Amino acid sequence: MSLTLQRPVRPPAEAARRSKGRTGRLATTQFRTLVSPHALNTRRGRTVYWIVLAFMLVSFTLVFIFPLYWMITGALKSSEELSQIPPTLFPKGGFNWDSYKQAWDLLDLGLLLKNTVVYATGAWLFTMAIDVTAAYALSKLRPIFGKVILGGMLATLMIPPMVIMLPLYVTVLDLPILHVNLLNTPWAIWLPAAANGFNIFLLKRFFDSIPRELLEAAQMDGASPTRILWSIVLPISRPILGVVSIFTIVNVWRDFVWPLLVLPDTEKMTISVAINSLSQTMPQNSLTAALVVASIPTIVVFFVFQRHIMAGLTAGGLKG
Amino acid sequence: MDVSIGRQARRRRPKGRAAVQRNLTAYGFLVGALVCFALFSWYPMVREVILSLQKNNFVSAPIWVGLDNFRTVISDSAFWTAWINTVEFTVLALFIGYVVPFFSAIILNELRHARAYLRFVVYLPVMLPPAVSVLLFKWFYDPGSGLFNEILGFFHIPPLSWLDSSSTALVSLVIVSTWMNLGSGTLIYLAALQTIPSELYEAAELDGAGLLRRLWHVTIPQTKLILLVMLLLQIIATMQVFIEPFMLTGGGPEDATVTVAYLMYQYAFNFGNFGGGGALGLMLMLVLIVFSVIYLRVSREEQH
Repeated sequence: MSLTLQRPVRPPAEAARRSKGRTGRLATTQFRTLVSPHALNTRRGRTVYWIVLAFMLVSFTLVFIFPLYWMITGALKSSEELSQIPPTLFPKGGFNWDSYKQAWDLLDLGLLLKNTVVYATGAWLFTMAIDVTAAYALSKLRPIFGKVILGGMLATLMIPPMVIMLPLYVTVLDLPILHVNLLNTPWAIWLPAAANGFNIFLLKRFFDSIPRELLEAAQMDGASPTRILWSIVLPISRPILGVVSIFTIVNVWRDFVWPLLVLPDTEKMTISVAINSLSQTMPQNSLTAALVVASIPTIVVFFVFQRHIMAGLTAGGLKG
Repeated sequence: MDVSIGRQARRRRPKGRAAVQRNLTAYGFLVGALVCFALFSWYPMVREVILSLQKNNFVSAPIWVGLDNFRTVISDSAFWTAWINTVEFTVLALFIGYVVPFFSAIILNELRHARAYLRFVVYLPVMLPPAVSVLLFKWFYDPGSGLFNEILGFFHIPPLSWLDSSSTALVSLVIVSTWMNLGSGTLIYLAALQTIPSELYEAAELDGAGLLRRLWHVTIPQTKLILLVMLLLQIIATMQVFIEPFMLTGGGPEDATVTVAYLMYQYAFNFGNFGGGGALGLMLMLVLIVFSVIYLRVSREEQH
């Protein structure tokens, strides 16, 4: 994997856009892409540019936003209005929250949201505690067999998650040596989430880039490895900790197959699994309302942490 | 002499002790990860092999049955259907899911307006929980009042039965899956395009290369490795397709959407045959590991 975690570079086009205001031209010679700036500044070039831009705006909005618009407005329509042909583009009754109320009661959405938050938070805590310390040990303390351990952890990236699902399920039913059954407990989500080779990879890579002198100076002053980790390494590593945190939490929230297998109890389900298992028995408008509720947290996270998420994606989103 | 040796030894001893101390601390830090990886990553790989070689009902003691599970699974009429469907799904998903993001990224890279909006919009479906996207599309596919047939009707095209017909069901699954995943590829290609040095385009232009020739001789060679890496990753990801057939069709109609991962699930949880499921998982794993190994080679090459 050759994916270095770099700070998001300002897209060149943004720089170009800035100067556009002054020159009144579409393209400047500061940075160029496939299309020649001269061609873009001709009359024909500009016409083509605006047509392409309009096409992209319309098609992307129709393909990616319209389905979400349909979902949000669908949840505000009554059952009769939903089955009406042709369908209404705007909900007739204005904002009708009945289907949300119905979904909340039918599905016990409050409990489901609480469950999912508990699983995501716990997974995040375990991932932080376990993967950060491990990556720090592998990067800075370099114990004997460190390379072998790292190799073993990175090798797990080669195993596609779906094919390991059955043996992992069987393992969770009866943990080797301990003989504990984790089925229907949060541990079945928390602990496997921490065994994430990709996090180890990202964190170790970042720790490797911290200059040795910095840590040695602290060591001279008598700081213990734990103290160095806590007071020096962690504050420096905030960007990568942010990326790992967001991805861990979002992944648990979005996951479907694993919670489907290990949390079959209705009281313990995640929101995704519960919506699916009850989808057959619910009227379409309250089902759609439930879908909206399940997606709001991820959309909010995306709004807030957009830059981190996109940086993490291009840095190392190339996970198998 | 004596003194110098003694001094050396004295100097080495604290160093040795420090090394032991360092190793102890390091393993103290590592113990949590080692336990987690051992239990939830390394052991399950071994467990998969054991599972596939045993008959196990999780009540009485498991029996070693050699390759019996493999024989049972392969002689199942759904076995080859599942592989053909999986390959068909992967190929169809590549047609849209591989070409469209690349060209979208090329166009996005040329635009000077609305870039932030377009990037945000294309990645939004990737953030949604997959279960939400799939259930949303299930509603769109509804033959009665679903959105898609309404749109077709608007253009006076006869309605399709989407998930209910064996000729359109697999394609319908590909559409959902592509919609959910298009964004990450687009943004990754966009990042790759931004690293292409301007001089290359300028030089090509001075040599009289037109737009298409610049695309062919500059853009594609410069992004060749990332294109290859993404191809392999997409093959690995789509060949594991499970949630779409599980939630939308249950493998039907007439096994038209049974995939290998779905068959694996069915063996374990519907037929109670974990041995058969394990055997299928192992076969899928072997196929996918071939792609993983190529992927590793390619990405190592990219690093140099």
